[in-house]
Amino acid sequence: MSAEKFTENALNYRQTIARSIHDAMQADPSVFFFGEDIGAAGGPFKTTAGLFDVFGPHRVRDTPISEQAIVGAAIGAAAMGQRPIAEIMFADFAAVAHDQIVNQLAKYRYMTGGQVRLPVTLRLSNGAGSGFAAQHSQPVENWYIGVPGLKVVAPGTVEDLYGLMQAAVRDDDPVLVFEHKTLFSVKGTVTPGAVVPIGSAAVVRSGGDVTIVAAQLMRHRAVEAAARLDDEGIHCTVIDPRTLVPFDDETVLASLRETSRLVVVGEGPADGSWGAALVARVARHGFELLDAAPRLVCSPFTPVPYAESLERAWLPSVDDIVAEVRSVVAY
Amino acid sequence: MVRIREFENGVGTLFHRNLVRGSTHLYNGQEAVAVGAVAALRPTDPVTCTYRGHGVVLARGSDPVACYAEILGRSGGLCGGKGGSMHLTDVSRAHYGSHAIVGAHLPIAVGLGLGAQYRGTDEVSLTFFGDGTVNIGAFHEALNLAAVWSLPVVFVIENNLYGEYSPVAATTPITRLADRAAGYAMPGVQVDGNDVHAVRDIVATAAERARGGGGPTLIEALTYRQVGHSRSDPATYRPEGELDAWLERDPITLLERFIGDAAATASVRERVAAEITAALDAALALPEPDEAELLTDVIG
Ligand SMILES: Cc1ncc(C[n+]2csc(CCOP(=O)(O)OP(=O)(O)O)c2C)c(N)n1
Ligand SMILES: [Mg+2]
Repeated sequence: MSAEKFTENALNYRQTIARSIHDAMQADPSVFFFGEDIGAAGGPFKTTAGLFDVFGPHRVRDTPISEQAIVGAAIGAAAMGQRPIAEIMFADFAAVAHDQIVNQLAKYRYMTGGQVRLPVTLRLSNGAGSGFAAQHSQPVENWYIGVPGLKVVAPGTVEDLYGLMQAAVRDDDPVLVFEHKTLFSVKGTVTPGAVVPIGSAAVVRSGGDVTIVAAQLMRHRAVEAAARLDDEGIHCTVIDPRTLVPFDDETVLASLRETSRLVVVGEGPADGSWGAALVARVARHGFELLDAAPRLVCSPFTPVPYAESLERAWLPSVDDIVAEVRSVVAY
Repeated sequence: MVRIREFENGVGTLFHRNLVRGSTHLYNGQEAVAVGAVAALRPTDPVTCTYRGHGVVLARGSDPVACYAEILGRSGGLCGGKGGSMHLTDVSRAHYGSHAIVGAHLPIAVGLGLGAQYRGTDEVSLTFFGDGTVNIGAFHEALNLAAVWSLPVVFVIENNLYGEYSPVAATTPITRLADRAAGYAMPGVQVDGNDVHAVRDIVATAAERARGGGGPTLIEALTYRQVGHSRSDPATYRPEGELDAWLERDPITLLERFIGDAAATASVRERVAAEITAALDAALALPEPDEAELLTDVIG
């Protein structure tokens, strides 16, 4: 693959991963990238194809299968003033590096009284819907929302993926970037150098009756549900939080001032999810804005199943979202 | 070494006065490892160590007042009172932290070496850890990555014969821990950890090799923890006579014997004892951290 690949701006989500890393590395020589099979082979999902050819083995490095060492190496390199991007192949494998992520990466700055800042970008391929079964499909982002010291982003579009990656690499704090495996073919257009600020939600569409909050795959399903509900005369605002930590509560509360009804859609079981946390905060800070109890559309409390029919049933569907919106309107 | 010993004795008294929260792990008997190793480094070489880290930080030259203040949870502590005894850190002296999850700092030490290698500067990352640490997975991942990327890292095992209350033989199937190096095709060497000059020399060789692009070395320093694992440990599991035999080989006594000037070494002890007493009093006079500090240095 040649460097030319990185001049095209009309891209899909998969190509945007390599492009966003490419542009971040080109903008700043302290940025370098490592992970398992990401270099010469271009990544297990071909999300990083071409980077090795452009930047070579000093800046794009294949690691051993050592998740703890990958995260630790990123921490140390960041402490030495570099801006490493490290990849955890399937987000599920972050469990193997849990200590490095929650005890080291997240706490280093606080425990040292601010002596160490860690501009680490950790990229993880996440999410269900592709038939990878229980150990390669979990909503791993929810493992980290309760760990102070990490920023967590979950882009659902080409533009947001590109812009949040630029923001993550420039950020002086550790940022976990969750890339959703079902969105690789989503198309869009990148604006070179454009940054999407961490901590700002996007209002994807506006409607006065119900506020739907959804990220990544669920954002796309929410938009589809909202289009269908328009035909029934129910008009929805869809908000994509884009960043899960720190969460942009204000954009949600502002919308609720108009709609007074909230439906949060989250991939994965409700307990311990960002959606449940959002509902709890809205109950505390927005109770008087609401005309109905806030709703959470989510997955059953099971691991992600393999069979196509079961996995389909596990993921919240457009129908599920439509039904929940109707019910909150009828309340 | 005398400063570390006096400092640790001071921590012991603070502990008995109930002024140290949680736990604390003293370095008595192991001083020659930190002092010898640090003496072989440049001030800019990044160093990491364990929760038993007061000695390493002091060897790096950190202010005993700020160290005591941190252990006491006072403002003016090295970490503003947010780290405590197990997390003394002084980045101004290239000390990148005392780490309290066994083995977790080894991958980070590899990263510090990677940072130097990537930017093309010649720092060497040195990390201290215990004999018990050779059995945790992070040890394997760290040594393997350091070796395969030829990173400038020196791994120093402080073999004090015990991991908490378990003797090495109860947890580790080999007796010469340096042998683990063979699996990573790096040199694995043993040294008398109570002989400060020997430690300095062997670390100097490893550091020079690393600085020249020769890759990592595993050093096993044989030493002894003269006190319990932590404050609550009376160390009754030691075999009869073991402590006495090691007290005979106390690293400070060995060094004083080497120097051979009793009057001079006695006066050093006296001067340092007074300095440490003053440091402790100064730290005790510091206020607690401002409550606003609770919310700072998280993210943003
Ligand atoms: C991952 C982990 N497991 C267990 C502990 C509890 N623990 C603290 S110190 C220690 C013994 C470590 O022994 P060694 O590596 O020999 O170091 P030493 O204390 O002798 O310096 C243990 C088991 C811990 N802190 N982290
Ligand atoms: Mg030990």
